[in-house]
Amino acid sequence: MTEKKLLLGDEAVALGALYAGLSGVYAYPGTPSTEITEYIQQSPLALERGVRSRWCANEKTAMEAALGMSYAGKRALVCMKHVGMNVCADAFVNAAVTGVKGGLVVLAADDPSMHSSQNEQDSRFYGKFAMVPILEPASQQEAFDLTAEAFRLSEALRLPVLMRLVTRLAHSRAAVEIGPVRPQNALDPDDERTRWVLLPGNARRQYALLIGKQEEIAARAEEAGCNSLEIPRQAQDDKRETQEGLGVIAAGIGYNYVREILPAGVPVLKISQYPVPAAKLRTISTQCSRLLVVEDGQPFVEEQVRGLLGPDYPVLGRLTGALPRTGELTPDCVAAALGADCANGLPPAVHLAPRPPQLCQGCGHRDVYTALNRVAAEFPGARIFGDIGCYTLGALPPWRAIDSCVDMGASITMAKGAADAGLRPAIAVIGDSTFTHSGMTGLLDAVNDRSAITVIISDNLTTAMTGGQDSAGTHKFEAICLALGVEREHLHVVEPLPKNMDEITRILREEIAYEGVSVIIPQRECMQTLSRKLRQKKQAK
Amino acid sequence: MKIDLKLCGVGGQGILTIATVLGEAATAAGLQLKQAEVHGMSQRGGDVQSDLRLSTEPIWSDLIPLGGADLIVSMEPMEALRYLPYLRADGAVVTASRPLVNIPDYPDEAALLAELDSLPKVVRLDIEQVARDSGVPRSANMVLLGMAAPYIPLLEPDSLRAAISRIFSRKGESIVQANLQAFDLGLEHSMKLVSQ
Repeated sequence: MTEKKLLLGDEAVALGALYAGLSGVYAYPGTPSTEITEYIQQSPLALERGVRSRWCANEKTAMEAALGMSYAGKRALVCMKHVGMNVCADAFVNAAVTGVKGGLVVLAADDPSMHSSQNEQDSRFYGKFAMVPILEPASQQEAFDLTAEAFRLSEALRLPVLMRLVTRLAHSRAAVEIGPVRPQNALDPDDERTRWVLLPGNARRQYALLIGKQEEIAARAEEAGCNSLEIPRQAQDDKRETQEGLGVIAAGIGYNYVREILPAGVPVLKISQYPVPAAKLRTISTQCSRLLVVEDGQPFVEEQVRGLLGPDYPVLGRLTGALPRTGELTPDCVAAALGADCANGLPPAVHLAPRPPQLCQGCGHRDVYTALNRVAAEFPGARIFGDIGCYTLGALPPWRAIDSCVDMGASITMAKGAADAGLRPAIAVIGDSTFTHSGMTGLLDAVNDRSAITVIISDNLTTAMTGGQDSAGTHKFEAICLALGVEREHLHVVEPLPKNMDEITRILREEIAYEGVSVIIPQRECMQTLSRKLRQKKQAK
Repeated sequence: MKIDLKLCGVGGQGILTIATVLGEAATAAGLQLKQAEVHGMSQRGGDVQSDLRLSTEPIWSDLIPLGGADLIVSMEPMEALRYLPYLRADGAVVTASRPLVNIPDYPDEAALLAELDSLPKVVRLDIEQVARDSGVPRSANMVLLGMAAPYIPLLEPDSLRAAISRIFSRKGESIVQANLQAFDLGLEHSMKLVSQ
């Protein structure tokens, strides 16, 4: 009898990987990908099998460690949110050139509509750029099944395989039928040095090998069961619900919205494995007189379909305005694009106000911003460069404290560049986990340049925004800063509490006046992780 | 047969626990289910919602279309109003009636409740007060689930009770009992209204 489990898309990937014989997961937390690694960390099967699952410092260290595990012959999974692909791109793209030994699956969870992200970049472009196969499950069941397929594909082609989720699948739950458990790979390190030492002579040969694999990658996508062509028999004469001659290309979860509306008699090509299956695309194009491309994210398939079918074949999608150019797909926008009738809901309410997320009551970041705002007000030209984390909420009222938030680590380096340009005072606010992710190297640059910046590492002893995962540098920040060359007398640790406000503002004032690198570390545990620990202690009693 | 629910509230109020109980009960009853959740600590204190779809047939979309929800279940009255465009014209709203005011421009309470009461089918109750008065102050969300139960014909109250027992069992028998009691208080409230 097959077992069924209620799983998030993320959890289905995690369990799929464990059942496929995973030996290690490497990841940095990032919404909406975090629950994959968390599931593995709590899985009895992972514990029994000794699956390596501790959080990594960033996505690049994660990718490289996973490549090392693959080199040693075992199956490894790397997980991240879409912008993490930017951080690990160097390792990812070159892993396609070396190729892999044990199966290597790279999972990127994209966030169309930017529910908790700063952009809508589509990871499928990275897969095409690196010239590796891409899988994009449409459902939780496919997330489980295709993860095993991704490992098989990776070992068969000796390439990393990119798997793409979007928020709505990553964070949606459904019943999943669980398949058989496969044993883990034995230790079996690769011994072909010419594959792995990417000196130009070797790299040229490896790159030619990668080019040579493209035909097989395309052939496999063409034959893949998850790329299905559904042409109703009466496609040509049943025109009850939709416009004449329309066909649909539906990628990933776009397929669900199309099936929800169930356009009668409309041919559908479902795509869950890339490259775009060109032969199937030609078949559907001959059955129809125009095609609508339904895909979540950027117009990745739409552009390729246009290229494959030529300028005279009408292709509709995000580029033509048939679907919105930005934001995630909804059943409503897909229904409109298919010309289906939409149900009428009630009109929007009158007595309604937006309710943005907030820093928790009692959170140490609150005290940091209160102190910072007080002191910054004394320096009219002050600019505060923010970073990625809960403390980005310092941009909202009542603080309105930060002037920028761009990418992981950019607070320190942007403050440095602005200080180089003559801006005074230039202040950076960065969280503890973000600092070890991407802030340390920038701080080294600032120290070497003796830049006039004040860096505040707001340390709550956790990676809070994604739900309180371990932070790589906890209890090491003073040592790290000193080792990077920050002067002892310009390095301070304070406890951000209202009662310490005078001390904190005095230190801030003095260090902002200093024409060099100073680091202030307000250190107090996150309210959420603290109360969770207290609850667990109480339950244990 | 299918039922689409919009669960909503403010981050930290426990709507995901309601979703977990419904999911557990639906799975035990052999129903199909899809439940799209909002995750991430950054939603704390902000508006949160979850789309829960139950059906005897396969479900495709993880999201409920506009005008498609049979029921809005909300831990906070203004949050119930936020999702009205998703409610069917004859859909029901089951909500806590006490505002959670953590924003400066929260609407006038009387006007907000009057707007709620003008909807065709509304059940509202001060669930925090009821839970406190009955000695189960931490189970207000289960009072709300009890209130919603008569509007979820795919699941019998007994199957929801069994799910509550299973979900809370690892926290001890007293917590199971508190949540069952809270559920019954909510159910009783709605049944009285239905019978009227």
